[in-house]
Amino acid sequence: MTKKTTYNFLIITILITFFAVFNGFIYTSNENENPVKLTEQAMHGQRLWQENNCWSCHQTYGLGGYLGPDLTNIYSAENKGPSYIKAFLNSGVKAMPKFNFSEEEKNALVTYLKFIDSTGYYPNYKAKFKSNGWVELEYKNEK
Amino acid sequence: MKNKAAIIFLITALLALLIGVFFGLMAALQYLIPEFLKEIIPFHKMRPFHVTTVITWIVLSATGSIYFYLTQVEKLKLFSNKLMKLHLGIFLITGLGIYLSYIFGKMDGREYLAFTHILTIPILFGWLLFGINYFKTMLKQINNWPVYYWMWGTGIVFMIIHLTEAHLWLFPYFREHVIKDLTVQWKSYGSFVGSWNMLVYGISIYLMSKIKGDDSIGRNKLSFFFYFLGLTNLMFGWAHHTYIVPTLPWIRFVAYGVSMTEWIILGYMIYEWKKNLSQTKKESYPLTYKFLVTTDFWIFINLILALLFSIPAINFFTHGTHITVAHSMGTTIGINTTILLASLLFIISKISIFTKKQEKIIKRGLWGFNITLFLFFTSLLIAGARRSHWMYAGNDTSFSSMQDSLFWVYMVFFVFGMALTTSISIIGLPILKKLINYLRI
Ligand code: HEC
Ligand code: HEM
Repeated sequence: MTKKTTYNFLIITILITFFAVFNGFIYTSNENENPVKLTEQAMHGQRLWQENNCWSCHQTYGLGGYLGPDLTNIYSAENKGPSYIKAFLNSGVKAMPKFNFSEEEKNALVTYLKFIDSTGYYPNYKAKFKSNGWVELEYKNEK
Repeated sequence: MKNKAAIIFLITALLALLIGVFFGLMAALQYLIPEFLKEIIPFHKMRPFHVTTVITWIVLSATGSIYFYLTQVEKLKLFSNKLMKLHLGIFLITGLGIYLSYIFGKMDGREYLAFTHILTIPILFGWLLFGINYFKTMLKQINNWPVYYWMWGTGIVFMIIHLTEAHLWLFPYFREHVIKDLTVQWKSYGSFVGSWNMLVYGISIYLMSKIKGDDSIGRNKLSFFFYFLGLTNLMFGWAHHTYIVPTLPWIRFVAYGVSMTEWIILGYMIYEWKKNLSQTKKESYPLTYKFLVTTDFWIFINLILALLFSIPAINFFTHGTHITVAHSMGTTIGINTTILLASLLFIISKISIFTKKQEKIIKRGLWGFNITLFLFFTSLLIAGARRSHWMYAGNDTSFSSMQDSLFWVYMVFFVFGMALTTSISIIGLPILKKLINYLRI
């Protein structure tokens, strides 16, 4: 190996070490999340969310496809909530497909959306802007 | 000896590009007439069809280019031709599997990887074969690697890491925590884009060194500095996608710091390279050169946008709108696609020649490409700005009336999407023909 190659390997090794530690932190950190764990029913909803590609038209925290609205806080939004969500699943308004979910499946999806709602706000209307370009988010159930 | 497998990679890639833009148009149509065709070409199928297919273009054309350069330009002896063919075979069959999984609605995956997750296993295996072949070939025959060899190696390794990380959700430990799950998902997408950029940017530096006829651009300290900076971004910059997700603040803070560096990298390099380029050398690969100059322009445009909305205070407003889509398509089309088309044109110059007339057509196509992409891109920015305004200043109107008010913007988007598809076909079809001919004779 040339000197330069050794030198490059050294830098890569350092970066990878940092990366590994960083990953460790990301994979194990759970803070600021209430409630912490999805229930069995919510996980069922999550599965339906994936299998039916809700994410390809909807976003949570602004992430997803953009044909439909964001659903992060739909559960707790004024004039919306569980029965509104269920109504939408049956109706097939505009581009939204008409789904034939059983009552149990609809409940599972609603529960999943309820859990998402409990993790935070999007849009985060009460965020604070700092002069260095940073944004301090408002967390839900701040301790 | 011909490297047929490499050429088949490239042909498949070009087909993916041509079909992929068509799916994009079908998806865009849903914005205009949502009720009309929603049973036949529903958006939730067209979008994954589109995204998977155009990413396939990027990945396969990069892979085919690298196999071609190593064997036909550098004249290296590949560690194993069999492994390369197996790699090709696995990818082709898996590709078929992905489409079947989409057609039959077995899409239990996630954004960008919507196919049923079992298909990730053969994809991972394919990358593993590529990696083994690449490193076995290179470590034995090349001593002092120029930067693009490092970049390709890095791209392959991180593609494997990405694919693994993107499926951590299969473990309940990850998917039962909403925020952690979302964070890890977007972390893995950061290394996804980062690793294909390693492959593609490596290709652009390789091409520059060939056009220039000297390898210093691949060997100087600055190039290596930029490579390491790019790698740092790949590892630590991804959280700018999740500024708005209530993760621990330090995760986002790291991303803010790191992201501010990324885009200056390649722009600076091409700028330097063009400044030093001698007229005579330009002549040796004129089309390739033209496409790389185009890349330069699009880096500049996207650089401004990306740098701006990597600032959390700006990202706050652009996030979750079509401004993000302008960024993803602006970069994948403007930067990645122009580099990869440059690579294909370079490869054609090694195996065949274009007539003057064909060259002229391709040049015209490139003009059309640039103009239409610019308007396409602009319409997405306008759509995004309108939605942002709706979210933060006009939330008393309904979502559907906001969408209705954008009808003409989406119309412009669709029309220029068609024009862009036409331009891409004008450029792509002659290349495709040459590749197919070469395979046949
Ligand atoms: C093909 C795209 C598409 C898919 C797939 C889709 N939706 Fe929708 N959805 C929409 C659109 C568009 C709207 C807005 C309709 C309107 O108000 O004009 C909507 C509206 C909604 C609403 C009401 C939102 C509000 O704020 O008023 C809910 C709830 C919803 N969808 C849930 C779901 C769920 C759950 C799934 C998956 C099972 C799903 N959607 C799949 C397109 C889609
Ligand atoms: C030329 C015609 C094209 C049209 C009409 C088109 C249309 C679209 C549409 C409608 C979406 C979905 C946006 C949404 O979620 O609402 C999309 C997403 C996307 N397109 Fe295209 N597209 C085209 C070409 C391309 C090309 C050539 C590429 C890359 C090589 C590309 C890469 C992408 C990517 C990566 C996304 C995902 C965006 C995201 O999630 O942010 N597109 N496209």
